[in-house]
Amino acid sequence: MTEAGYNFAYLDEATKRMIRRAVLKAVAVPGHQIPFGAREMPLPYGWGTGGIQVTASILGPQDVLKVIDQGADDTTNAVSIRRFFTRVAGIATTETTGDATIIQTRHRIPEKPLTENQILVYQVPQPEPLFKLEPRRAETRRLHALADYGLMHVRLYEDIARLGHIAKAYDYPVMVNERYLMSPSPIPAFDNPKMHQMAALQLFGAGREKRIYAVPPYTPVRSLDFEDHPFRPIRAPHACAICGSTTSYLDELVTDDAGGRAFICSDTDYCQERQEAPKAAAE
Amino acid sequence: MLLEAKKLHLKFGAIAALDDVALDVTAGEVVAIVGESGSGKTTLLRVLAGQMAPDAGAVHYLGRDVLGMTEAEHRRLIRSDWGFVHQNPRDGLRMGVSAGGNVGERLMALGARHYGNIRDEAQAWLQRVEIDSARIDDLPRHFSGGMQQRLQIARTLVTRPKLVFMDEPTGGLDVSVQARLLDLIRALVRELGLSVLIVTHDIAAARLLADRILVMRRGQVVEQGLTDRVLDDPQHPYTQLLVSSVLAA
Amino acid sequence: MSILLRTEGLGKTFTLHLQGGARIPVLAGVDLAVRAGECVALSGPSGAGKSTLMRCLYGNYGAGAGRIMLAHRGAELELVSAPPREVIEARRQSIGYVSQFLRVIPRVGTRDIVAEPMVARGMTRSDALSRASALLDHLNLPERLHDLPPATFSGGEQQRVNLARGFGPGYPVLLLDEPTASLDAANRAIVIGLIHEAKQAGTAIIGIFHDAEVREAVADRVFTVEPMQDAA
Repeated sequence: MTEAGYNFAYLDEATKRMIRRAVLKAVAVPGHQIPFGAREMPLPYGWGTGGIQVTASILGPQDVLKVIDQGADDTTNAVSIRRFFTRVAGIATTETTGDATIIQTRHRIPEKPLTENQILVYQVPQPEPLFKLEPRRAETRRLHALADYGLMHVRLYEDIARLGHIAKAYDYPVMVNERYLMSPSPIPAFDNPKMHQMAALQLFGAGREKRIYAVPPYTPVRSLDFEDHPFRPIRAPHACAICGSTTSYLDELVTDDAGGRAFICSDTDYCQERQEAPKAAAE
Repeated sequence: MLLEAKKLHLKFGAIAALDDVALDVTAGEVVAIVGESGSGKTTLLRVLAGQMAPDAGAVHYLGRDVLGMTEAEHRRLIRSDWGFVHQNPRDGLRMGVSAGGNVGERLMALGARHYGNIRDEAQAWLQRVEIDSARIDDLPRHFSGGMQQRLQIARTLVTRPKLVFMDEPTGGLDVSVQARLLDLIRALVRELGLSVLIVTHDIAAARLLADRILVMRRGQVVEQGLTDRVLDDPQHPYTQLLVSSVLAA
Repeated sequence: MSILLRTEGLGKTFTLHLQGGARIPVLAGVDLAVRAGECVALSGPSGAGKSTLMRCLYGNYGAGAGRIMLAHRGAELELVSAPPREVIEARRQSIGYVSQFLRVIPRVGTRDIVAEPMVARGMTRSDALSRASALLDHLNLPERLHDLPPATFSGGEQQRVNLARGFGPGYPVLLLDEPTASLDAANRAIVIGLIHEAKQAGTAIIGIFHDAEVREAVADRVFTVEPMQDAA
């Protein structure tokens, strides 16, 4: 029993076993959504209950956990979830990407490339990539079963016809292992290429919708596009105001009420590491 | 032999919707099924298209058992070899997707990945069905009924299906609009060598479009044969009644 | 010359179910043969069954008895029992019919209507359109009408469209039902000319010619259709 009187990582062992089975199935069929019996968690739907349940099920006493929210370790949500696991599992936590074994994330992939020893757990609001185009669940299940994805291409076609370009800036649909259409969760489209052939295991948990899916290590992940309108990752054309990076994804901050803005790295740990690098080199 | 159906039976409670119906369609043929309401013609079309299961009987497409197909096989067939034109265009179109998107969808579902080419093909088809190609980005909900129906036809024919099922394609349209649509269907059938199975209560439309005609009444095929022969020299009492009832303009 | 169309014991009886099943026998035991290059005129009083016989020959009416043998694709096709597909094919290739009435297809121009059967028979579209224009000119149909749909044409104009459509493809067998009914003397002469040309090309023609002058000019022999007594 931990400090708070809960089983290790909050969930009972039978639940963890059930979720692990779902995770195994998900890994066996990359990109395919597996239903699971989501439990009541001590925070509401929409706050990461799916991600937390996946993390809780795979967590072991030796794991080192990092939690980020929109790339930052220090937002309220990231702090809450990290503290939650400290209390119910007593595991070590970190803000340094390279030191973590499990990284739970809301809507970003860390800039630093992950390794085979790491697992990335995504929080997913809506696991069904076709939801806005086809609200009927029974129908989307058939479409996935038949790999009948013309509908999504129609959506992209419509964007180009109306706007001249594909308008999805986040949650940009991908084909996993050239078989299943998957929602990568609302990460910026900029992050999509990182998913392709990633060395780490990627797990996706949707608590409200009760679905788990996965991308095993070294799996092809391709963002949908047209031959004459190829996918291009987009970031603000600036350098980070703090560390000077011109390749990381930037947050735009309003600094005053006179229209002043600054662009800084969304990934706080990455920015920190870059800031410390010249000091380390100098030492 | 493209489509062959034998000994079809279907009852809705005590009512025989299909009573020992047989039918066949060869490549390049247009077959009309005519009858009044309740004749079973629409039920027959649905059974042939695999949308409804009969109580008994068999349907074969190019030798393949249509009724015994898995859903996956059936859907693949519907998307590639077959086309279905619904009476109400709203049932056959995506109302929230542009005209171009509607026409391009089947192409994209079959793997087309070049936006420019898809758009060009959609534009060509809109022209073919006499829709101003400047409306390619407009939504069908802003089209007239006749235009929606023509768009549905374009959407269905874009993948050159071998067999097209049409369920009262001119139902509900104004007369002048019907004439235009029938002429369009006629021209496309000739041009593309389509095989068509068309259900209609409009005998004049059947005469214009069909090589062969089946007359249905209360679930039975009472007469069938060469269209002009059945309409000009009807043998069955019901056919004689039907033909004599049609008002000449 | 070879026989291109012949009948054996052809019979046709109409059963009018809407009139209590009244049976009207019109044809019985008709034996007719027409050779290539020959023109046979059907004669007989009005209502005797001449048109009925023509329509049976074309498959438009279903003969109740007997056989119709048509020379088609180097063999003989029996039309009464032939499935619809084969009748359609025979009409496309080997037998044409010029009726008195033109069934109008909305929106299709005259030249296209005339060209259609020629294209169906294998001619290229441009050749068919040229020949259509030439025939329409020959039949004195004003140029300005060539692209209009014939729905609003006069009877005589519609008949000329029918004639162009019938004579265009060069069918080996041609059925002409009152081909000059609505035409003036000048155009009648033109039709006589077309029939002579067709005969010289080896066409077998069966015609109903109400006009004695035309009949005498083109018919090689006359086949009389006797009216039958009404069955009780």
